[in-house]
Amino acid sequence: MMMRNYDIEGLLRRKNSIIKKSVGLDYDSFEYDGIGFDYEKMMESTGYSFADIQRLQDGSMVGRTPLLELKNITRYARKYAPRGYGARIFLKDEATNLSGSFKARRAAISVHKAKELGYEGVIAATSGNYGAAVAALAAKHGLKCIVVQECFDSAGLAQPEILEKARACEAYGAEVVQLSVGPELFFTYLDLLDETGYFNASLYSPYGIMGIETLGHEIATEMKEKYGKYPEVVVVTNAGGGNLTGTARGIRRAGGKDTAIYAASVNLEGLHMASDKDFNRKSFTTGHTGFGLPFATNPDRTDVPRSAGRPMRYIDRYFTVNQGSVFFATEMLAVLEGLERGPAGNTSLAVAFKLAQEMKEDEFIVVQETEYTGAGKHHQPQLSFAKKNGIEIRFGKPEAEIPGENIVLPKSARDISLKELDLDRIRSSYLKRYRDQSLTDEDYRYLADELRVDTEKIKALLKEMKA
Amino acid sequence: MLIKKGAYVRIRKNILPPGKRAKGIPEDTTKVPFKCWIKGRLLEEGELYEEARIQTATGRVVTGEIKEVEPRHKHSYGDHVDEILTMREIILREAWGDDDEKL
Repeated sequence: MMMRNYDIEGLLRRKNSIIKKSVGLDYDSFEYDGIGFDYEKMMESTGYSFADIQRLQDGSMVGRTPLLELKNITRYARKYAPRGYGARIFLKDEATNLSGSFKARRAAISVHKAKELGYEGVIAATSGNYGAAVAALAAKHGLKCIVVQECFDSAGLAQPEILEKARACEAYGAEVVQLSVGPELFFTYLDLLDETGYFNASLYSPYGIMGIETLGHEIATEMKEKYGKYPEVVVVTNAGGGNLTGTARGIRRAGGKDTAIYAASVNLEGLHMASDKDFNRKSFTTGHTGFGLPFATNPDRTDVPRSAGRPMRYIDRYFTVNQGSVFFATEMLAVLEGLERGPAGNTSLAVAFKLAQEMKEDEFIVVQETEYTGAGKHHQPQLSFAKKNGIEIRFGKPEAEIPGENIVLPKSARDISLKELDLDRIRSSYLKRYRDQSLTDEDYRYLADELRVDTEKIKALLKEMKA
Repeated sequence: MLIKKGAYVRIRKNILPPGKRAKGIPEDTTKVPFKCWIKGRLLEEGELYEEARIQTATGRVVTGEIKEVEPRHKHSYGDHVDEILTMREIILREAWGDDDEKL
């Protein structure tokens, strides 16, 4: 019987064998002798071609979502741009996917694989849209589904957004296992995989990431066909890195070699993600720096041995924005375009609104996702929950926002401001763990690919760290 | 209160007591237990806050303390937040107003 008081050491000892049994992939076969592994070989190991992925998604009513031009928001942004500036803003309406988010693209492939391999059920560890996506696709394939959520703080409080996700998973027939705040979720996850023998529908498997490639591919192909060129910029809300990786790969696959990939995260600096007290002092449960930065600096901190989401291989620039500005963008999308969508997905919209003002008016910037909205998953319950938790809501300069203390809403769209992160600092954090290790030429080449620089740059960054 | 066999309930289970939490987590988190909540149908009649077995949506049998009978969804669209109304007014005024701010 499950939910015994497991011992962490025992589970950790058996971690590799449990994971191996639950993913249907032999990760050892991708490993190099040194620190690296063959990323492309892993991505090709799924047994699916790109055409297969498209076919599987078509069959699951996933993908081919509308690409909308936000004409009123573009016009609004141009009010604050110099003459001749203000790029045209487009939005990929991913909320129209089965289960209401781009996560269905990932789930469609993972769940199909589980079915193909003969698993009885699937398990996913997620408090977000991915849970609903896996649950919906499992329902469609007649598989059982367990979704494991980090949900309640010690006072029994949960983010309204997470409760809504639990409700959605149940609506699709899934079992939802809700947990206290803390990284021990991983042990419960292992324990459940061990007990049930279900498929690990990890967010970070090659199946999941290949599933997102269609998103980038659709954007690039449609823009090229309709407007004769690829977009100059695509902005991707970044958390675990899979959305960005898959989208970028899809754009490249479609021929969009020069399209710049910008990452966008909500700034939650100072809040600790595993802290019981901090858990309900944030107003975003994803798309934030609390995931974005740790996963950029260490993509393999996941439930599979090697993550297929490797954002630093693709990011051209990385911006953060405050919570208040994302709520402002959410309101803007509703009242100017008639699109009521969930806040977290609008992180990239807030960023694009500002960046469009620095781009020429004949250039294109694409906001690459939206997510569904509903009770709990909406700026009103999220702001009212924040107020109840003692977070001050006020108008002012977004730069003054202190995550966990206040939410500062811009008093004009003109005030939306971004912070650009220094990619070299992220690279240095990534490299820190190799500081005292002697590396081979193959290791350096791997790191250069991982961080999208040349080997000389890797050596220089490591040297700088030692000094 | 006697709860009938077959009733839909939410159970709670303590998994790790405060002293046994994973290493390297924030201090505040180490001071609280790690718990789990699951819903399912009661396999035998039970009492509120007493231990009981349930069968979950996937058919698993799980034991825990009964926390809630026929649990309701507690999330909603929340209270009125006046700041949202103010944002709406700002956006509509700025977007449709004729103040051309071109530099």
